[in-house]
Amino acid sequence: MSHSNTKKGILRYTWWARTNHWVVAISFVLLVLSGLALFHPFFWSFTGLFGGPIPTRFIHPWIGVVMSLFFLLLAVQFFKESFIKRHDIQWLKQIRDVLSNRDEKLPPVGKNNAGQKLVYWIMVACVPVLLVTGIIIWRPYFADAMPLWLLRFAVMVHAYTAFLAIITLIIHIYSGIWVKGSIRAMVQGRVSKAWAKHHHNLWYEEVMKERNPPSADKDDDSSRQQQSP
Amino acid sequence: MRGDQINLQNIVARSASNAPSPQIRDGGVEEVTKLIDVSRCIGCKACQVACSEWNDLRDEVGECVGVYDNPLDLTPNTWEVMRFNEYEDEQGNLEWLIRKDNCMHCEEPGCLEACPAPGAIVKYANGIVDFNSEHCIGCGYCVAGCPFDIPRISEKDEKAYKCTLCSDRVFHGLEPACVKSCPTGSIMFGTREDMHELAAARTDFLKGRGYEKAGIYDPAGVGGTHVIYVLQHADKPEIYGNLPEDPRISPMVDAWKGVTKPLMSAAVGLAALTGFFHYAIKGPKEEPEDDPDERTATAAVRTDEESASPDSQEGDRP
Repeated sequence: MSHSNTKKGILRYTWWARTNHWVVAISFVLLVLSGLALFHPFFWSFTGLFGGPIPTRFIHPWIGVVMSLFFLLLAVQFFKESFIKRHDIQWLKQIRDVLSNRDEKLPPVGKNNAGQKLVYWIMVACVPVLLVTGIIIWRPYFADAMPLWLLRFAVMVHAYTAFLAIITLIIHIYSGIWVKGSIRAMVQGRVSKAWAKHHHNLWYEEVMKERNPPSADKDDDSSRQQQSP
Repeated sequence: MRGDQINLQNIVARSASNAPSPQIRDGGVEEVTKLIDVSRCIGCKACQVACSEWNDLRDEVGECVGVYDNPLDLTPNTWEVMRFNEYEDEQGNLEWLIRKDNCMHCEEPGCLEACPAPGAIVKYANGIVDFNSEHCIGCGYCVAGCPFDIPRISEKDEKAYKCTLCSDRVFHGLEPACVKSCPTGSIMFGTREDMHELAAARTDFLKGRGYEKAGIYDPAGVGGTHVIYVLQHADKPEIYGNLPEDPRISPMVDAWKGVTKPLMSAAVGLAALTGFFHYAIKGPKEEPEDDPDERTATAAVRTDEESASPDSQEGDRP
């Protein structure tokens, strides 16, 4: 087994992509915990994690601003590799095969699969909505200047959008636990070649092509035909 | 009226609380109501002063903008204001309608439904809706929840304030300060039943005086209120400083705090559980162990070793 954190693996996430991802991830989790505490009394005890109810109410919007800034940087970095392609649609149609670990039946995909791309686009949609509605209801700074109907609208939209984002986050975290090697990729940066070929074949071939231009290795073409029928 | 009406064992509704409040006391506490007879109000603002005095509130001295309303709106330090309205009736007669605006103490309080802090808003068995500021976190959800635009958040301590219906006075068997101070008997206080009787009598009187549309304002959309008005023109509450015709908790607040709140919370828990059981049933996608292509792999390794580039060039590290 080739380990990802070696020079032999393929660099999947640069140091900056990793750092950026984890700043967003940590602040997002803190936002979920503090936000849920203010959403349903069942989660009220989460206020204890932030030093009490009032500090929770105070810190939540500030974490939101930090997350939004870093999320913007992350969204720009991952923008190009997140366009949904034809093979992604096919991958989604075979979601049952994905969930049942019948990976051999799946079409080869690029650097990100359709699931990862959906997480990207859902978050790209959710974060600005959460930021804007959050600012509208932010006390003591902005909320007093807002008309009542807007406060009510914003607080409702904030809750529903957060719900969508939290469900997406749970799926995202689970996928990391489920697909072995992906957490290490995001923490340490590299994946094994076998991992890259298995999960992201098109991306793997692209990387290999860069490393070994086809002219230098005749077998490369034939091997690719076998891999992607 | 009994002195124990306001008591920690006589709380019938409590914000953000799943477990019920003490239940052993049963009946015995009569609901109270404050009756504001707009037709008898002379706009002297004695009630406003009495409110500030009893509750130890001192608002900033404002500026006169050419109307009697002062301050122009409720503030964290002004829990009631007189709203002066010049109304011209069908015959062209001018009427000066003065409404004392304060918390209506709804039977179904929107503030209490919206509040996320356990016990920060309570409703006593006698119907008074009170803010327990000790538990208030200053989020302002009560502002969004209230159909009457009553709560205000203080800049001083970032907590919500509104009329308490002098719950502390009522506790000791006294009427609210505004009632005590009213020189014309425009503000009355007593049991809900008595106040409705009185209001009906006043309505009849007004009808006899030619106010055919006189009536009681006790909006059903919020389950009735513990502050009720006698209005000369009950068919047009909006002429009394925009008193809402059919106030109810906004559908947007219901959509946020109604059944969807526990449903969404449950869905979050279910999503996490689904993940766990998927893992338990289907298992993880293990790291593939075989090298994909011996030739390519060897070639790649060779390339790596040959290039011997430092991490920074590939982007592993800064």
